[in-house]
Amino acid sequence: MSVTLSEAAAQHVAKFIAKRGRGIGIRLGVKTSGCSGMAYKLEFADAAEPEDMVFDSHGLKVLIDPKSLPYLDGTELDYTKEGLNEGFKFNNPNVKDQCGCGESFNV
Amino acid sequence: MALLQISEPGQSAAPHEHRLAVGIDLGTTNSLVATVRSGMAVVLNDELGRPLLPSVARYGSDGKVEVGYGAQAHQSSDPRNTIVSVKRFMGRGLADIEHVEAMPYEFVDAEGMVRLKTAQGVKSPVEVSADILRALRERAELSLGGQLTGAVITVPAYFDDAQRQATKDAARLAGINVLRLLNEPTAAAIAYGLDNAAEGIYAVYDLGGGTFDISILKLSKGVFQVLATGGDSALGGDDFDHRVFCWIIEQSKLSPLSHEDARLLQMRAREAKEYLTQHGEAPITARLSSGEFVDLRLTTEVFNEITHTLVHKTLGPTRKALRDAGLSPDEITGVVMVGGATRMPQIQKAVEDFFGCEPLNNLDPDKVVALGAATQANLLAGNRAAGDDWLLLDVIPLSLGIETMGGLVEKVIPRNSTIPVARAQEFTTFKDGQTAMALHVVQGERELVSDCRSLARFELRGIPPMVAGAARIRVTFQVDADGLLSVTAREQTTGHEARIEVKPSYGLNDDEITSMLKDSFTHASEDAFRRALREAQVEAQRLVEAVQSALKEDAHLLSTLERAHVESCLTKLQAVLLGDDRRAIDGAMDALSKGTAEFAARRMNQSVQRALAGKKVEEI
Repeated sequence: MSVTLSEAAAQHVAKFIAKRGRGIGIRLGVKTSGCSGMAYKLEFADAAEPEDMVFDSHGLKVLIDPKSLPYLDGTELDYTKEGLNEGFKFNNPNVKDQCGCGESFNV
Repeated sequence: MALLQISEPGQSAAPHEHRLAVGIDLGTTNSLVATVRSGMAVVLNDELGRPLLPSVARYGSDGKVEVGYGAQAHQSSDPRNTIVSVKRFMGRGLADIEHVEAMPYEFVDAEGMVRLKTAQGVKSPVEVSADILRALRERAELSLGGQLTGAVITVPAYFDDAQRQATKDAARLAGINVLRLLNEPTAAAIAYGLDNAAEGIYAVYDLGGGTFDISILKLSKGVFQVLATGGDSALGGDDFDHRVFCWIIEQSKLSPLSHEDARLLQMRAREAKEYLTQHGEAPITARLSSGEFVDLRLTTEVFNEITHTLVHKTLGPTRKALRDAGLSPDEITGVVMVGGATRMPQIQKAVEDFFGCEPLNNLDPDKVVALGAATQANLLAGNRAAGDDWLLLDVIPLSLGIETMGGLVEKVIPRNSTIPVARAQEFTTFKDGQTAMALHVVQGERELVSDCRSLARFELRGIPPMVAGAARIRVTFQVDADGLLSVTAREQTTGHEARIEVKPSYGLNDDEITSMLKDSFTHASEDAFRRALREAQVEAQRLVEAVQSALKEDAHLLSTLERAHVESCLTKLQAVLLGDDRRAIDGAMDALSKGTAEFAARRMNQSVQRALAGKKVEEI
């Protein structure tokens, strides 16, 4: 089981954490809501929970709670630009379908 | 797929519920929009990667509204319809504006705020600012991929109530929800994180393209107080360019310049100035349309010498602001540099020498105000980190008071009170049997009403007749978080009350704003209609040309009768093509498409036959 960061994502995560001045890594997760069932969570992590799964990618800690992991296994977090907009994108092989905007999904 | 940003722990937004907030620096010369992405304040660039939007709008006779670089390009060819530095007119009457005679605009002195006559009718400064803000909103929404929750817009610390209200109205007209108006120097201080820093007194030295502002801020318990402001509204980086421009002319002994040559040399002057920031010497070369050739080298020493008086000119208001605040330069904890012109080394040095401490300059001085505004907007929109749970307070810049007998001002809320604030004071009647009272709300530090700015007038009626001095009228001033004022007067014995929202006396009332908003809506559908029509016309033209060329090539495929039918359809379409009846165009296009369907099928067959002719099955 694993979850990884693309090189672009890792660079940006590292930059944002440095700018923020604290944090041990980032936390990925899913929560149930949204128009297609589930939604991604992408947050700074200040502390690891005892049950967290911790992955290391490009020297950065990626924390995931065990409940979210099955939905995210194999995911690569990427950072892309689309026109003027830029941000993180979940390349998640588990997704069966998602809402038009991609903010929520189904497995 | 929507692109996500990293949130603070526990703050992930539900899908489609991102709170997109931006900070806007609505400047005299240039404007910017910034936001907080994954915890970091960044300025949003346009499609070409340019962070600035020139604060210029053009209302051309062709009915188009252009904003930014596109409008700026017309500044010299169409000065009357190209509005620059509209910020100087915000909330101002004609009498308030300096050097009217030197401006290319046709002013209309409307009640309260001045208006400008353009090829597209009379525009108020609020409308022009709204067009600039709209361009920034569109850029922000494209960059963030969604609708804005709100914006923090910065205003100069010395802006009075009328100017602040005008700025808010412009935002509303542009469809922007204003979370807060923020003083520019305060925003700059926030960008440097001074709000989390040690308490102290900070100077913000802001030398922009065309204006100079100095503000003295005091930070205590997370509250920024504006102790004093000063500046020169006609001094900025452009003046440095002009000095270099004059030097070029003098050195090269040029004959009188054509308009284009003058522009070219102005540009070269600016480039040389910017080059000198990093280098000791700047080459200036240009070939003029007159055939003359300019080839000069501008050294730092010469540049410092010719601009020395300008640098010195900024120190006068700085000294005065310090004196107003009752401080000496060594009592200043830190100096924040704002505005592109502060990149010039001699400015940095002059400021350092004056205050005896190195100024803060590691953020881009063009962006620092917008970045601070974005940080504040992010907080106000509710995207706070744990422990960051503070609310930045601001203060009112000028005292608010009421006129009393004899044209004197009784101050109800003194300047530098933190907002929001409410203060009440009791007044009484002046004459026996007086049943009404006129209240005149004024803003300013002076003692006489005539020296202060009038904000509003209203009347309280229904005071029971009593001897002079017996009635008790309680006047309450309330200033909300945006620095906007409402005043209530209440007769205590009867409870009669009158109140006014200070829509300062510049003359844009709610109805006018609503009607302007409606206008923009009606124009929206009109614009959409025009666009659809234009698209239909283009499509029809394409079809006409396609059919014409087909007829030229393959007319033999049609019988005379058929050909006549196609041609009549074609003529019909050509007849309506340039009209503005979209239905007619669509109908004629449809008829032509149907009328040529058979023709198209035959042409297709013919070309297939040609392609296959003389070939064996195996070859295909």
